[in-house]
Amino acid sequence: MNVISWFTDPANWTGENGIPVRTWEQIQISLSAMAIALVVALPVALVLGHIRKGAFLATNVGNVGRAVPTLGVLTILASIPEIGIGNLAAVLALALFAIPPLLTNTYTGIASVDDEVQDAARGMGMSGFGILTRVEVPLAVPLIAAGVRTATVQVVATASLAALVGSGGLGRYVVDGFALQDNTLILAGAILTALLAIIAELVMAVLQRRVTPRGLRLLSRAELEMQEIPAAPSST
Amino acid sequence: MSATLADASNPWLSWSYVQDNWAELVSAGQEHLYLTVGSVILAIAVAVPLAMLIRRSPGLSGPILGLSGVLYTIPSLALISLLWPIFGLSPWTVIIALAVYALLVVLRNIVVGLQEVPADVLDAANGMGLTDRQILTRVSIPLAMPTILAGIRIATVSTVGMVTIGALVGYGGFGTLILSGFQNNFWHAQILTATLCCVFLAVFFELLLLIVERVTVPWTRKRAS
Repeated sequence: MNVISWFTDPANWTGENGIPVRTWEQIQISLSAMAIALVVALPVALVLGHIRKGAFLATNVGNVGRAVPTLGVLTILASIPEIGIGNLAAVLALALFAIPPLLTNTYTGIASVDDEVQDAARGMGMSGFGILTRVEVPLAVPLIAAGVRTATVQVVATASLAALVGSGGLGRYVVDGFALQDNTLILAGAILTALLAIIAELVMAVLQRRVTPRGLRLLSRAELEMQEIPAAPSST
Repeated sequence: MSATLADASNPWLSWSYVQDNWAELVSAGQEHLYLTVGSVILAIAVAVPLAMLIRRSPGLSGPILGLSGVLYTIPSLALISLLWPIFGLSPWTVIIALAVYALLVVLRNIVVGLQEVPADVLDAANGMGLTDRQILTRVSIPLAMPTILAGIRIATVSTVGMVTIGALVGYGGFGTLILSGFQNNFWHAQILTATLCCVFLAVFFELLLLIVERVTVPWTRKRAS
């Protein structure tokens, strides 16, 4: 098969358009987008969750995210002259789509901490900030981690679309393959993007488990998975 | 067209764009509609027998849901690319790829909906002398319906967004307009109009299916809030 010889060709493993460079580009785009999304979504969700306000916003932002096509946002951002085609448009678009799962999960995690627990902490003389950081956040970690996992996997998967607006990453192979009518390149790109997404999913699953406090691991796996599903699909 | 776009006037919103390209927008909308509906129907058609299989032998639930979970992780760009050598530049490439994503949501919600039927209720139905088939159609499925319908709604709205990726193989509904607008000197009016149409279509399906849920399972109305 051509695809196998493509993968074994050393030329495809070196240089600007080599597999390592393209993979690293996709990881960089994904990490930058996640960093922006975390900085925006976490503080908002933590504060709203702590004061138990804004449930409507936190739960419906996901529905809005589902309804907006990623391709539309990508091309709109890339068509704004100040942003232009390339990695910046991709990072901003991916960050926008990572915000809903982060916001929803973090808000739900914090807001669903028992009022009695909050009361008890206050009775012990803890400040609002202390309650948030030392009581609510640790209890909400499983849900927050699930949100980070969903968002990350979705961002890594969607990052391949960024090639459509002229950015780098593994999607380049697919898009160039269609432009050049090169089936081998299309298939190789498809295999690589799929592999990277699956690896991201596995890595995030391990991380999610690692950061969950031992006492909370009793929450069944199935229960956590059910909480993830309503989030936007990984591949819009 | 692109010659006139080279100058500075490239508005995001333009009514004359809509008027001049009405026929194109309508045909893109029709394509978007049948790709979405086709994918979801295909997903339901596959999910129902699989759910029945899982109900009969619960041991299969892990492998089947696990496999569809792996498929769900694969980016749509990759899945469409993997399928296109088989189905070529045809709507089926898009419909089958998107059905894979819809399948997980629909299947999971059917399985979970059926599992959540309280054991007492099943016992009572059994005690009343209902056959297995009657229990399924008269007790389990009606009780699982809110969850099943919610799954179909989420899958449909997600599919509306993902259809745009079909532009890669020339069947993307509004996505084809978005991409060609982008490639045509960043034609703002076409990109934004097609994106908004896509959002409207998603909202339309969300509302339509919410109404279907209200009508078919009115007893959940109180719980919904």
